[in-house]
Amino acid sequence: MSARTEEEQAVAETIELADAASVSASVAEPAQRDARDEHAEQGMRGVQTLSMAKAINAGLREALRADEKVILMGEDIGPLGGVFRVTEGLSAELGERRVLDTPLAESGIVGTAIGLAMRGYRPVIEIQFDGFIFPGFDQITTQLARLTVRHDGAISMPVVIRVPYGGHIGSIEHHQESPEAYFAHTPGLRVVSPSSPHDAYWMIQEAIASNDPVLFFEPKSRYWPKGPVDQDHSGVPLHASRVIRQGTDVTVVGHGAMISTLLQAADIAAEEGMSLEVVDLRSLSPIDYGPLLDSVQRTGRLVVAQEAYGFVSVGSEIAATVAERAFYSLEAPVLRVSGFDTPFPPAALETEYLPSPDRVLEAVDRALGY
Amino acid sequence: MSLYRPHKKGTTPSGYRGTVVARERDFTAPTVQLLNPAGVLRPTPEAEPYLPLVEALPDTTLEQFYRDMAISRRIDIAGANLQRQGQLALWVPSHGQEAAQVGSARAARAQDHIFPSYREHIVGMIRGLDPVNILSLLRGATLGGWNPAENGNFHLYTLVLASQTLHATGYAMGIQFDGSVGTGDPETDAAVLVYYGDGSTSQGDANEALVFASSYQTPQVFFIQNNQWAISVPVSRQSRSPLSLRGSGFGMPGVRIDGNDVLVSYAVTRQSLEEARSGAGPSLIEAVTYRMGAHTTADDPTKYRTDAEVAYWAERDPITRYRTWLEGRGASPAFFDEVDAEAADVAADLRRRALSLTAPTREKIFAHVYSEPHPLMAEELAWLDAYESGFEGGAA
Ligand SMILES: Cc1ncc(C[n+]2csc(CCOP(=O)(O)OP(=O)(O)O)c2C)c(N)n1
Ligand SMILES: [Mg+2]
Repeated sequence: MSARTEEEQAVAETIELADAASVSASVAEPAQRDARDEHAEQGMRGVQTLSMAKAINAGLREALRADEKVILMGEDIGPLGGVFRVTEGLSAELGERRVLDTPLAESGIVGTAIGLAMRGYRPVIEIQFDGFIFPGFDQITTQLARLTVRHDGAISMPVVIRVPYGGHIGSIEHHQESPEAYFAHTPGLRVVSPSSPHDAYWMIQEAIASNDPVLFFEPKSRYWPKGPVDQDHSGVPLHASRVIRQGTDVTVVGHGAMISTLLQAADIAAEEGMSLEVVDLRSLSPIDYGPLLDSVQRTGRLVVAQEAYGFVSVGSEIAATVAERAFYSLEAPVLRVSGFDTPFPPAALETEYLPSPDRVLEAVDRALGY
Repeated sequence: MSLYRPHKKGTTPSGYRGTVVARERDFTAPTVQLLNPAGVLRPTPEAEPYLPLVEALPDTTLEQFYRDMAISRRIDIAGANLQRQGQLALWVPSHGQEAAQVGSARAARAQDHIFPSYREHIVGMIRGLDPVNILSLLRGATLGGWNPAENGNFHLYTLVLASQTLHATGYAMGIQFDGSVGTGDPETDAAVLVYYGDGSTSQGDANEALVFASSYQTPQVFFIQNNQWAISVPVSRQSRSPLSLRGSGFGMPGVRIDGNDVLVSYAVTRQSLEEARSGAGPSLIEAVTYRMGAHTTADDPTKYRTDAEVAYWAERDPITRYRTWLEGRGASPAFFDEVDAEAADVAADLRRRALSLTAPTREKIFAHVYSEPHPLMAEELAWLDAYESGFEGGAA
C-alpha cells in the first residue's frame, strides 16, 4: 500500500480543526478554543495525534463507556477488532455483551438491531465492507428508515451503521464501493461522512447520540493517515458542512476521501495562481447548504467531486440545488467530477477511475472557461 | 448400504459408476392435536403432555376462547363489507385461522411482546388494541396505527414479509441482555411471540431470524400459520418437508400442531413461551390451518384452488368443533346466543366508528419522519402550506 505516503499524511495534517472561524454561523456552535488551557487544567484531554481508525475507536469507546445501552454489532468486530481494527480492544474492555460478533448475515444484523432499538438499546453496526451492505438494504430502507414515522413518533430508531467505503486501497471487487446515494435518497435516514480523524472522533459520538438512524461512511483510504484530534471541542455539529480552505476563484466541494484530493488540487492550483475554496460536506443527508451557497456567491463557480457514480448521485443533487438557489451568482454551470458510470473497475485501473487532483483541476479549468 | 448399483459393463456412459439409488426424501412430522374435527377431546400421542395445561383452565377461560373466535369471525364479515362499500382500501381476512390465532394469543402474558404479520386482528384485540386502528391502516389513513407500548405490546403490522421476524428476535435479544429471563419471577420474565405465514418462511429474514434466535438463545416463539397458501402459491412450493422441521435445522424444537384446534394452539404456545421465559431458548410452532377466504379482498381464489379443497377444510372448521366440545361439556344455548349477540355488537360498533374515521391532515406527511428536526421536512411542509393556501379562498 504505497498509497499511504508521507505526502498523504501531510495532507491529513492540513485538515486543521483550528479553522472554526470559517464555519457558517447558522449551524455552528460557538468556537471556544481560547478556553482550552483552562480545560486542560480541569482534566480535559487536549489534542492528540491519531489515525482516523484510532479516532473512531476512541469515539466508540467514549460512547460505550458513557451509555450502557450502546452496543456494537458486526462481523469479526470482537477479539479481532474488525477487519480494519477500528473496534480493537473494545470487546476486551467492555465484554462480548457490548461488542457482539454476530452471525454472518447483514439483514439479520440490521433487523435485530431494530428490535434492540425498540427495546431501548442504541446499536452501532459495522458493515465489513461497502459492497456488503446490500443484504441489509431491505431492512435499512423499508424498516429502519420508516419505523419512527410508522409509529407516529412514539419510538425512535437510534441505530448507527458504520460503513468503511470508497476506493484508493487497491482491493478486489465489492471492497471499494461508494454507495452513499442509495441511503441519502431514502427519507428517514441521515447520512454523514468524516474526512479527518478529528471529525471522525466527534461525528461518531454525535451519530450515536442522534435519535435517528445514521449511515456513517468511513473513507477507508483515510483510516491510516494521522491528524490532530481535539478531544475537548468538537467544532461543528454533526450535520454542518464547512469551508476548510478559503479561496476566491472556484469552490470545490466533496466529502470523505475526496477532501484530501480537493486539498491537493487546491495546492497545485495555488502554484498556478488560482485560488480554490474547499468545502467539506460532512453530511450528505441532510445537506447543510449554507456555507456552500455563501462560498458560491463569492466565487461564482462550483465543482462537485465524488468517488461515487455520477448518474443520479449526491453530486447531481448538489448541482441542481445550487443552480436553483444561487442561479444569479453562477458564472458557469456546476460541474461534476465523479467515478464513471460503470462498476468499480479492477483495482489496476482505479487511479484512472477515481477523481484525481488533475481531474478536479480539469473541471476547474472548464468552469473558469465560461 | 451401497449408494450405487453395480452396472452392466458397457451400459452406462464412461464416468458413471452405476445407477444412483436415491436416499429417502420423505420427511414427516406428527400433527399434535387435542380436539379432533368432530369436537372430541382425544389427544394424539404427542399431545398427551399438553393435556394438563388445558385441564387446568377454568370454564371462564374456555368460554373466552369461544368468544374471541366468534368476534374474530364477525369482524371479518364487517371488514370485507366495508371494503366492498369503498370504505377500506383492502381487507385481510382471517376466517379459518381463528383457533391458531386465539389459542396462541391467549397463551401470552401481559409482559410478553407480540410481533404480528398483518392478518392477526383478533390477536391485537386480545392484547387490548381497538380494531378501529387496524381499519385506519387498511383505509389508508396511517402507515402504522397504534403505539405498541399502549396496546399490550402488540407491535405494528409489517407488510414486508418476514421483516418482523428479525425485529422480534432483536427485541428478544434485548430482553435477554436486560436479564428479564429465567429469574423465576412470572411477573417480569418476558418472551416474544412472532407470527408469520407459510410463504414468508422462504424469506431470507425468516431464516436469519432463526439463526440469530438460536445463536443468542432468545426468549422467543416463532409461530408459523401455515394456511396452505401464499396468495396463489401452495405451501408445497415453499417447502417439501413440514415447516415445523425448520426448527431442528436451526437448533430449536419445532412442533406441528393442528391449527384449527384452539386448545392445542393454546397449550403448545403456552408451553413454548414458558420455556422461553425460563431461559430455555427459542422454539418454533407450525400451526396447520386454512385460509377459508381470499388472500385479501383483491384476490380471486377460484383461479388457483378447488371447491373440494375448500369443502375439506370447511369440515375442519375451528369454531364449529370447539362449540361442539363446549356443548358436550354443558355450555348452555344461552351462552352461545349471548356471545353471538356480543360479536354482532362489536362488529356493528366497529363499522360505525370506521365510517366516522377522519382523514389525516397534510402535516402528517412530514411529522415524525425523523425524531429530530430536519431542514427538508420543515421546508417542504412550509412550501406545501403556501401552495395549498394559494387555492384557498380563490374563485371556487
Ligand atoms: C417481501 C414481500 N414480497 C411480496 C409481498 C406481497 N405479498 C403479500 S402477502 C403475500 C403472501 C404471503 O403468504 P404467507 O406468508 O403464507 O402469509 P398469508 O398471507 O398466507 O397469511 C405476498 C406475496 C410482500 N408483502 N412482501
Ligand atoms: Mg399462507
